[in-house]
Amino acid sequence: MSSTTDPAAAASGQRTAAETQAIVERSLRRRYRAEKRFQAYGIAAVLAGVLFVVFLFGSIFSQGASVFRQSYLRLQVFYDPAVIDPAGTRLADDLATADYQALVRESLRKRFPDVEGRAALRKLYAVASGAAAVELQQRVAADPTLIGRSERVWVLADDAVDMLLKGETRRDSAEEERRLTDEQVAWIDALAADGSLALRFNRAFFGNGDSRDPEQAGVRGALFGSFLTLLITLLLSFPIGVAAAVYLEEFAPRNRLTDVIEVNINNLAAVPSIVFGLLGLAVFIAYFGLPRSAPLVGGLVLTLLTLPTIIIASRAALKAVPPSIREAAFGMGASRLQTVAHHVLPLAMPGMLTGAIIGMARALGESAPLLMIGMVAFIVDVPKGVLDPSTALPVQVFLWSDLPERGFVERTSGAIIVLLLFLLVMNATAVVLRNRFEKRW
Amino acid sequence: MKIACVSARSLVVVAAAVATSGLAGVAWAQSARDFVNVVGSSTVYPFTTTVAEQFGRQGRFKTPKVESTGTGGGIKLFCNGVGVQHPDVVNASRRMNAGELETCRKNGVTEIVEVKIGFDGLTLSESKRGPSFSLTRKQVYLALAKQVPDPARPTALVNNPYKTWKDVDPALPALKIEVLGPPPTSGTRDSFHELYMEAGCRSFAWIDQLRGMDEKRFKRVCHTVREDGAFIEAGENDNLIVQKIEANPNAVGIFGFSFLEENLDQLRGLKVDGVEPTYETIASGKFPAARPLYVYVKKAHIGVIPGLKQFVDEYVSDKALGEEGYLTERGLVALPRAELAKMRADVKALKPLKL
Repeated sequence: MSSTTDPAAAASGQRTAAETQAIVERSLRRRYRAEKRFQAYGIAAVLAGVLFVVFLFGSIFSQGASVFRQSYLRLQVFYDPAVIDPAGTRLADDLATADYQALVRESLRKRFPDVEGRAALRKLYAVASGAAAVELQQRVAADPTLIGRSERVWVLADDAVDMLLKGETRRDSAEEERRLTDEQVAWIDALAADGSLALRFNRAFFGNGDSRDPEQAGVRGALFGSFLTLLITLLLSFPIGVAAAVYLEEFAPRNRLTDVIEVNINNLAAVPSIVFGLLGLAVFIAYFGLPRSAPLVGGLVLTLLTLPTIIIASRAALKAVPPSIREAAFGMGASRLQTVAHHVLPLAMPGMLTGAIIGMARALGESAPLLMIGMVAFIVDVPKGVLDPSTALPVQVFLWSDLPERGFVERTSGAIIVLLLFLLVMNATAVVLRNRFEKRW
Repeated sequence: MKIACVSARSLVVVAAAVATSGLAGVAWAQSARDFVNVVGSSTVYPFTTTVAEQFGRQGRFKTPKVESTGTGGGIKLFCNGVGVQHPDVVNASRRMNAGELETCRKNGVTEIVEVKIGFDGLTLSESKRGPSFSLTRKQVYLALAKQVPDPARPTALVNNPYKTWKDVDPALPALKIEVLGPPPTSGTRDSFHELYMEAGCRSFAWIDQLRGMDEKRFKRVCHTVREDGAFIEAGENDNLIVQKIEANPNAVGIFGFSFLEENLDQLRGLKVDGVEPTYETIASGKFPAARPLYVYVKKAHIGVIPGLKQFVDEYVSDKALGEEGYLTERGLVALPRAELAKMRADVKALKPLKL
């Protein structure tokens, strides 16, 4: 480079325009390359993320999609008055305690009249789920005039039948290696051939609480438990969080005390959730004596968990409101309360709601703190109130994933899908709220 | 400042609300609970939940609530005291120990009824596509312990030198040692240490002698599993281990018999000390690695919590626990007849546990 420079310029340490141009052009190419590289890294990162998501969703949906259809058995049932109501009282109590299993057995015997012997019959009865009798009982309870009549009913088939129909159990495996005997497989094939055994929409999965029989296990209990817990969380954490944020942001003087509070709130947001569970156990259950496994306690614990998130998001939303708004309000003679209540808060509300929903989404996915307060439990009845024992969706996923029956594998993934849908609805609400009310400056 | 007053007032309101809800809770706690509350082991959970559901279906009482807290955590909750806010029953994948019984006694839980519900076989399994081989517990110990007796000088310990099963014993296949098992936090892992590692370890006379003299060293020698990748901690979830060994025919998995039974079309149980893991061999005690499972009942709660007595009766009934009972369909191995009869008589008489 020095060979082409003219002596005067070189002496004064300056470059000619042409030289500068050359240097810039050379470095320009390098800088363009660097930018291209940087973009490539970015795209690779995005692709990797997308790949993980696709893999995750792919595996969940491929395993869980089958849960929405379940094997149902069509039975021709005769509601024999001699079985249901031998005394002829038609009292609800008598109807409820009758042996409906006998009706299911009778119906299966009629369908396969040539099956004989106690052992063979037991195997035949095993094709229907234990829930079949419950279904018949409910039908009679709803309409006692059915007694003495005959009707075709779709009832749940056993989970072993379901696994065979869905191809989870291998037909070519030896008889002693599967839960169904060759005889049972033959009956199942006969039933399937004339349409009496088919995959239909899985009502039980959405209508039932937990059960140890995969075909009867449903997410309704967990879904209601999650809903009640989140309701308590929202009712408590949103007002408290917003009030705390408004006070800290708009009214509190800046001194050491508020600094300490601020640091603590930020720290709380990063505390492992199990710690809140322990706190909930010590305070709400041990000290206040609230019942274990109740959505009320779950909601209180998750309130502690989401409060920092909501406070931080709400303060950010308040900060984003331009000072000119406040100054204009003051200029019109508004008091501080009027300024905040009439102008700042409505403008910050979309951001606060978004923050609240992000906090609630985190609360929805928590299972660790719920372990300590007894919500990791087997609960058959769907909770009706915030003091009833209940469980939550992520807990249900955890519990089902650890059971030996194969039918629970698809149910686990099914519950995850329901959980994801719940989350999707919540996040979509957040987006809609933000888009509808957000103001940009 | 005006707003400060408002927020202070609302704070008072919130505090009052919390206090009243607390008071309501105290009132609730003092009133009766109308369902049975069970806590404890995740290994016993599938069995107790089955009984609970069957019991609830009879419609006489509410379905008991069964929490999965782990054996240790469950016993802690159980031993916290007597009263409706404390659990009535605890599931345990091992026997309650003297220390726990003492804690219970101190907290007023003086009388506990022990129900030995049956056995769970701890099996070693492999994929059907894998090489079929059988192991002794000594071989399992040699393959998986962190330190093993030096083959050249058997009274000294060396870091585990074995890479393949063939290195352990020439009769075994030349396969890399790859065993998937539960993490140390799991009760199943405790059982594995006790039933396999300790048994294998004691086949060396000098280590066995340590047991009385230097308990700590004995535990360290026998219960320390190697950390160089031959033993893979696959998480608490047994289904995950099942899936992993289905996918990897050369790996061996450690899990309860109920998981093997449910997946027999894909898996094969390895013979241990020459005995195949089947319902019969576990029930007769021939299969060497079977552990008893327990349920403990708080005697003071019987007659107080509606349905507790009936729930325990349902649990020990032939319909549930017998050889043909519904629990055996879930993979529980029933007690031998004579033992079952004695256990049932003790439970009916509510005989308190003594260690």
